[in-house]
Amino acid sequence: MPAESLKLANGLAMDEIAVYNEPVSDPKLIACIHCDLLQRLPELAPGASARCPRCNKELWRHREDSLNRTLALTFGAALLYVIANSVPMLGLTIVGRGASTTVFGGAQHLWEDGQYFVAALVFFTAIVAPALQIGMMLAIVLAARRERPPRWVGTLMRHHPTTRIWSMIEVMMLGVLVALIKIADYATVIPGVALFVLGALIFVLAGMQASFDPREVWERIEWAEVPPSSDAEHGMIEEHGTIEDAP
Amino acid sequence: VSQDALTAMQHGLQSCETCGLLSRPARGDEDGRCPRCDKAVAFRKHQSIQHTWAYLIAAAICYIPANVLPVLTTTTATGTETDTILQGVVLLWSPKGWPLSLIVLVASIIIPSAKILALAYLLITAQRGAVENNEQRVRLYRMIEFIGRWSMVDVFVDTFTAALIQLQPLMSVEPGPGLLFFAAVVVLTMLAVESFDPRLLWDFAGGEQKASSIEVTHA
Repeated sequence: MPAESLKLANGLAMDEIAVYNEPVSDPKLIACIHCDLLQRLPELAPGASARCPRCNKELWRHREDSLNRTLALTFGAALLYVIANSVPMLGLTIVGRGASTTVFGGAQHLWEDGQYFVAALVFFTAIVAPALQIGMMLAIVLAARRERPPRWVGTLMRHHPTTRIWSMIEVMMLGVLVALIKIADYATVIPGVALFVLGALIFVLAGMQASFDPREVWERIEWAEVPPSSDAEHGMIEEHGTIEDAP
Repeated sequence: VSQDALTAMQHGLQSCETCGLLSRPARGDEDGRCPRCDKAVAFRKHQSIQHTWAYLIAAAICYIPANVLPVLTTTTATGTETDTILQGVVLLWSPKGWPLSLIVLVASIIIPSAKILALAYLLITAQRGAVENNEQRVRLYRMIEFIGRWSMVDVFVDTFTAALIQLQPLMSVEPGPGLLFFAAVVVLTMLAVESFDPRLLWDFAGGEQKASSIEVTHA
């Protein structure tokens, strides 16, 4: 795509074409995402981490054996997720009558009650986002094991943090426990298999995220073809050579 | 480059929000795309202050009906009863059940209101170009970023209570109109936190860098 769009760039639609920035030549040179302090990452032993000297944000934690461990935990999470969503989570009996619900059943009931927005939110945060979080991670880790990870891995990596923010299994678990104890006042509550599976899933998901080292994948990913730079831009690259020594 | 230039922006460099790659805009000041991950990069999030205010004001407006309107309607053989969030907390309060009551109180009342106030404080200080307490302010930002999702607890409590207690004509529970507004508050404050750019807190900080080297924690 870049080769074609460059031809166009001489023509009319200048603004619609992706213009790529020029990377700095030292990949260890970074800016803190919370305070923009320019600094160079030190070499880190596996398991070590580096923090920003100005705002204390963790810049990088070098995970040990990241890809293998993440892959194992992602497989585990996928399995638990499937079980958790196919068996009942909560049941109750009261004077001979019984009822039970799955995770999906909760969202479905809200929808039938006309609470469309809340139903969609519960469906998204408890079912869709965790599925995306696990599924995308699986694709990322499997593809990242190749010699040169393809570009679509970058697209998945870009959207993965969003699925992580909106995936709320642990929050749902707390909500279910509160509901369970609340209901226990009126009826006999039967915790379903899914409840225990979800409890395990929370820890496996946390482990999956904790063992993943995005930096390791980003460093090996295939880049966009950066358009050949003009003379003026070469001047800029020279100039930043002096900047690199500043921090 | 002057001695005071500490940040990437002061060096004319942009760091990618998603992959962290540092790059220089190819066309002077115009924003380009990250050559590694294809994401549009900028020195600071575009219109961060305006977007965050918009989400925050919308959240503050929804906060009122969320607390005034009932979130649950309980129908029993003897009649119908409605509960707002606060009534739910009071109802749960008992010698045995107070920890639960406390969880709901913290997650549904304290966290959302504290989050709205804290974000307003961060926005105002960033707009005024405050240079003090930067560390505390960025720590406050991280705290609300981390804790905000837990407000969803009440939405899940009400969802599963309503889904399970369907024992007509004995007793049935339905979600009330307040739940919609409460869910909106949670979503809007989360979007507000996402659109805020914490780097704005430091843009007027100048050269008062504390340490000269990165702290490294060994395994």
